[in-house]
Amino acid sequence: MLAFILRRLAQSIVVMAVVALIAFMLFRYVGDPVASLLGQDSRLQDFEELRERLGLNDPFYVQFGRFIANAVQGEFGISYRLQQPVSELILSRLPATIELAFASAIIALVFGLSLGVFTALKPRSFAAGLIMTLSLVGVSLPTFLIGIGLIYVFAVELQWLPSFGRGDVVRIGSWDTGLLTSTGIRSLILPAITLSLFQLTLIMRLVRAEMLEVLRQDYIRFARARGLSNRAINFGHALKNTMVPVITITGLQLGSVIAFSIVTETVFQWPGVGSLFINSVQVVDVPVMAAYLMFIAFVFVVINLIVDILYFAVDPRLRIGSGRR
Amino acid sequence: MTEPIISVRNLVVEFPLRRGLFTAVDGVSFDIMPGEILGVVGESGAGKSMTGAAIIGLIEPPGRIARGEIYLKGCRIDNLPPEEMSSLRGKRIGMVFQDPLTSLNPLYTIGQQLIETIRRHLPLNEAQARQRAIELLAEAGIPNPETRIDSYPHQFSGGMRQRVVIALALAAEPELIIADEPTSALDVSVQAQIIKVLKKLCESRGAAVMLVTHDMGVIAETASRMIVMNKGKIVETGSVGDIIKRPKEDYTIRLIKAIPSIKDETRRHEVPVSPKPLVEVKNLTRDFDLSPGFFDRLIKGSKRNVVHAVRDVSFDIRKGSTYGLVGESGSGKSTCARMLVGLIKPTSGNVLLQGEDIARGLSQERRQMVQMIFQDPYASLNPRWRVGDIIAEPMRALKLVSSRSEAEDRVADLLQRVRLDPISMRKYPHEFSGGQRQRIAIARALSSQPEFIVCDEPTSALDVSVQAQVLDLMRDLQDEYGLTYLLISHNLAVVRQMADDVGVMHSGVLVEQGPVDTIFDNPQADYTRMLLNAVPDISKVE
Repeated sequence: MLAFILRRLAQSIVVMAVVALIAFMLFRYVGDPVASLLGQDSRLQDFEELRERLGLNDPFYVQFGRFIANAVQGEFGISYRLQQPVSELILSRLPATIELAFASAIIALVFGLSLGVFTALKPRSFAAGLIMTLSLVGVSLPTFLIGIGLIYVFAVELQWLPSFGRGDVVRIGSWDTGLLTSTGIRSLILPAITLSLFQLTLIMRLVRAEMLEVLRQDYIRFARARGLSNRAINFGHALKNTMVPVITITGLQLGSVIAFSIVTETVFQWPGVGSLFINSVQVVDVPVMAAYLMFIAFVFVVINLIVDILYFAVDPRLRIGSGRR
Repeated sequence: MTEPIISVRNLVVEFPLRRGLFTAVDGVSFDIMPGEILGVVGESGAGKSMTGAAIIGLIEPPGRIARGEIYLKGCRIDNLPPEEMSSLRGKRIGMVFQDPLTSLNPLYTIGQQLIETIRRHLPLNEAQARQRAIELLAEAGIPNPETRIDSYPHQFSGGMRQRVVIALALAAEPELIIADEPTSALDVSVQAQIIKVLKKLCESRGAAVMLVTHDMGVIAETASRMIVMNKGKIVETGSVGDIIKRPKEDYTIRLIKAIPSIKDETRRHEVPVSPKPLVEVKNLTRDFDLSPGFFDRLIKGSKRNVVHAVRDVSFDIRKGSTYGLVGESGSGKSTCARMLVGLIKPTSGNVLLQGEDIARGLSQERRQMVQMIFQDPYASLNPRWRVGDIIAEPMRALKLVSSRSEAEDRVADLLQRVRLDPISMRKYPHEFSGGQRQRIAIARALSSQPEFIVCDEPTSALDVSVQAQVLDLMRDLQDEYGLTYLLISHNLAVVRQMADDVGVMHSGVLVEQGPVDTIFDNPQADYTRMLLNAVPDISKVE
């Protein structure tokens, strides 16, 4: 187990190093940082001085080494646009994104799993057919359309829920949470549903397909021949076997919920990392973009590690078979 | 007179299909007495498994019991509501399936699965159920059941898993056990042990057994009475000795004639004498490095683990002869075959084809001399290609034909030689039965006009009567073209029927080799003797 985690960690470090290189390249080649810091009418001498001061005249590997050393300490420089340290910016926006991502992940998991199991166990029922048809809508409609649709129905016409922003937030330590106020929770509902809808239908369809496959297996027939109850077969034997492949996809999907909540955040004016990124792209705020890139890579690496460990916990064949391939 | 455990009367199982009604079981009636083992034989599609599934109430939809009655100790069970039927399963009727590798849930320990089953049927608490599970495992012949009970299925070999499956089926002391091909997926020596376990457990409990199998040899060794099924109907019923020695119906006579026996003295053509063997295998060795990864070695101090799949094997194959390589799974015979055709490189030693080393790469003309036929005709033909393209591929790859029409002529000719209609070249593999597919595979192997064909279990996926046809074809082709075969098989009777010389492999080592009659009638190595004794064979019926 330990060896397994260490091996995965070593791979993760390689992945992070490659992403760091790409992020660093952004600094170097997406526009001239000096030009964006100084105005067009600065003197050439100023340019040279600033270059020297920022270390831009050092060899490539020295600069890259400095970038890595700073990144490890959470230093990504100063945003061109907002003139604040990038790490502070991201940290202040992070709670909003994480709360949104987790709320929608929970919605996606709970409904995705239960609907998936239901449609697999009663594949011929009318309800299952209806759910499957509706799920096609969830997969095929773009997120912004769903978001705008929800805003129109629930915020504009019915006026039940707010259409943008986070509502009132409460500060706990360095974390701004919207979960403790009623406006905060009301504001969370629409964006969370919007963000979760695609994942929900995906998880549901995946669970259904996998479960139908598992229900065809010999050990399920044998479990029936042993006279086990339907409940024990469906939820004990079949569901656990279904989870093995579902965990991988779900893990990656949750990663992308955190990473690519950009569209939802834009539609709902949600003050999270995604909208920070969008605003930064518009003005070529390279330090923020680079840091965002590193942040997302980090999220994926961590989630992948968790998925692998979960795999280990669920499937005993991996625990013993790690030596054999 | 005692009451039968199970009586089946005029059972009809139907499948409503798009193209109409398919009757899988058609008016089947039989009884099984307490303590009796009834063998049910037939080829694939005969409806024997379906009969078993009908009794235990596990017919896959849309199949259904259309007519007939099933009585368990006098009580009718075929029309019970699903809940009551499900409480009968495991408790009064147990079932053992064919493939022990897939019958157990891989994510639970065998103990969890046993205890779950026991507690479902018997009023025991967790600790008592565990105790009973350990006793059952011990009875089924699992060594150290106290510790093994907490192992997962993948930590057992195939034979051991089948013992676990039997223990599971017997957990609640059912009165009837339906064993559907319980040994077909196992090696002969394991097969013999499993049959023994099944027989012993049933005798000691007085349970009735319905043994469904395509293997007449297994029935000959186990059952007292048997029924022969064909196309959903019972063809013949009687004692095992009567049916095997004195079959009455045409179908049974043909079926029994098709079964090869290890005692068969075969008619054999004379192998032409040639001074130099076609294939020489010299000190062939192949290792597989299964060492754990670098981190495991570093942290756990795990050792490097090298498996010697084939160790120092040497033999010659005479031109125009058939060399049979027998052994159980894992004995290295398939690894040998792959090295012989150059699919994998030997670790050391060499394979000489007419004096040329295969591992160094062959010249074009030698390469077309070697072809291979694989075990599973369902997996070895590309399902998206037409048969004509499949057969023509070796010719095209080796540039033996210049034009499309020439290739088509050759393909038509080849199809005729394997007794298929040349029109077949326009069809896709799924339109053919298993035996026909294997003929296509043979035609493909013949298409480069080879001299040497390696056949890896060419008939083990086929029914006996089809197997006999394919073997006949192989022999005819050998006579016609002077082909040389390397025949790899776990089926000793097939090897006896086909081979001129035999090599017996065990754990990567060639334990014995020589002319086929010498090896079979007068085996020297202990392992060969054990293997021959373990084979369930129809010649062993009294």
